[in-house]
Amino acid sequence: MDELQSLVHGFGVALSLQNIGLMFVGVILGVIIGVLPGLGGANGVAILLPLTFSMAQLPGGTTSAIILLSCIYWGALFGGAITSVLFNIPGEPWSVATTFDGYPLAQQGRAGAALTAAFTSSFVGALIATIVITFLSPLVAGFALEFGPPEFFSVYLLTFCAFVGMSKEPPFKTIAAMMLGFALAAVGTDPVNGALRLTFGSVHLLSGFDFLIAVIGLFGIGEILLTMEEGLAFKGASAKINLRVVLETWRELPRYWATSMRSAIVGCFMGIVPGGATPASFMAYGVAQRFSRHRARFGQGEVEGVVAPETAAHAAGTSALLPMLTLGVPGSPTAAVLLGGLLIWGLQPGPLLFVEQKDFVWGLFASIYLGNIAGLIVVLTCVPLFAAILRIPFAVIAPIIMVVCAIGAYTVKTNLFDVWMMLVFGVIGYVFKKLNYPLAPLVLAIVLGDRAEASFRQSMLISQGDLSVFFANGLVGSMTGLALLLLIWPVISGVLNRRATSG
Amino acid sequence: MQTQENSRGVGSRLVELVVAFGLFVVGVVVIVDSQRLGAGWADDGPQAGYFPFYLGLLICVASVINFIQAVRTRAEQDRVFVRADEFKLVLSVFLPTLAYVGLIAWLGIYVASTLFIAFFMRWLGRYDWPMLIAVSVGVSGVFFCVFELWFKVPLPKGPLELWLGLS
Repeated sequence: MDELQSLVHGFGVALSLQNIGLMFVGVILGVIIGVLPGLGGANGVAILLPLTFSMAQLPGGTTSAIILLSCIYWGALFGGAITSVLFNIPGEPWSVATTFDGYPLAQQGRAGAALTAAFTSSFVGALIATIVITFLSPLVAGFALEFGPPEFFSVYLLTFCAFVGMSKEPPFKTIAAMMLGFALAAVGTDPVNGALRLTFGSVHLLSGFDFLIAVIGLFGIGEILLTMEEGLAFKGASAKINLRVVLETWRELPRYWATSMRSAIVGCFMGIVPGGATPASFMAYGVAQRFSRHRARFGQGEVEGVVAPETAAHAAGTSALLPMLTLGVPGSPTAAVLLGGLLIWGLQPGPLLFVEQKDFVWGLFASIYLGNIAGLIVVLTCVPLFAAILRIPFAVIAPIIMVVCAIGAYTVKTNLFDVWMMLVFGVIGYVFKKLNYPLAPLVLAIVLGDRAEASFRQSMLISQGDLSVFFANGLVGSMTGLALLLLIWPVISGVLNRRATSG
Repeated sequence: MQTQENSRGVGSRLVELVVAFGLFVVGVVVIVDSQRLGAGWADDGPQAGYFPFYLGLLICVASVINFIQAVRTRAEQDRVFVRADEFKLVLSVFLPTLAYVGLIAWLGIYVASTLFIAFFMRWLGRYDWPMLIAVSVGVSGVFFCVFELWFKVPLPKGPLELWLGLS
């Protein structure tokens, strides 16, 4: 039970007055970000990341910085539910499934019950996922200490092939978007021999594209442009949560324990394997519907239909930190931004983090438990306040969000050129989203491009250009094999489906 | 007249074709640049273009397939990519934002943001002057306090800050 001892130590690190204050600030900011269109977990964290640069230089500052940023992430996960239930507008992609039953409940005047169910399930999902990563990640990290370049490249391969195999988007669009991300990552100085690649004589491109700019543009500006199409007004149900509604809903919730457990398992799995929170929430909704005794009532305002996607989304969002910390491979765009933060603060994510930065890792784990408790308290007590933010007319909120994005893009490298790049990425995000080109693999490819390339080239150096190095032993061979299986999964499932329908 | 205009728009198929073609060009650019750097082996191992070469190749292959799939969509199945009235709304946000980013270099980020928010509130929200001045100046003031005073992150400043002695 080394983990428990380390965790207790972690609580000691996280439980300072300053860190608890940061947790509440982070959660409140996160909920606001989650509620506003155009600001989500990924670009919200990206915009606030530059503010932590100075914070991280103080002793113990990296722990405070990650607590602030991860709590913004938890807050954003909570916040997505508010807009889904009250306004039928998913504030975040992973809360789309929450609208199916959440909004009908609100229309029936049970908004308080729907919100309480959503928040509580989010909390349960996060708690289960946190327990999983607390006990699983030291194991994975210990295992990964033995990894060489071929093993790491096969992990990257697995990550990206999982996107092709598991995403709803057409596989060749996924590949095109992903490779565009890798190409953008290759722009600038070659990390191995210093050659200039794809810069075409431009000074601005010497240091390459920063993925934070891409995240702010793709998710922030792109989202605002999409929102604009729907017009300027939000119409929503009003909500009050009082203690009586909360207690009544809590009395009802234990009935759905089986749904919660199933959804949490789906969520943890999809978060660790880079599928992400969005597909996890849809899968959990589908599974819950299949197992439910009230199948026909799904979609008309069934509390169980809110419990399932919220539990899964939060479990997936939380467990996405496991591969990020232990292997340096983030499972979601927001986890990718957090990983970028770690790198900027001078921490190297990967197995060695668990050996060299014990305080940081266990302080972070402890803060996840505490941050989610803080989150639950904040959202249950402040829902009317957050709903009021959504009633601010779009003509006021839209330019302010644009200004926030512009400032966020500028502060990454104090460079005006990046603000222009943000606009370019915004247009790309708008067009890609409308044409079903997935954005998550694009962002992850920009983040991981350099390291995927380095591990590939090192592997090739070891083997003198022989690709069989990726099948050299059982471990790397099975990971590569699994990756290739996932890559051709769309073909396999297509064949299976055809056989099922014809036979 | 109005309804006719509303149903008009750009077809998805056309945009699919343009995007697939654009990505193909990107792929070709990556391949050409990799060839320039050398995409093979040197004495000390893989050359700088070794990895990007295959990226470019994959972009081209995927784009060709996406292009063919878009070509094969029949005209009657084509969805509208964006309706004319929707696009007008999108542009009503995007064009002022372009102007705003252009203004940052001249006026500094605070003045540009104030003007941008005020313009937006007046043009799309039809707010009266006291309200929009209060909001736009207030928001920029809050950002000034947060970034310059609290976090000490300098943002671009222009003639006004210079005149006030703040930069």
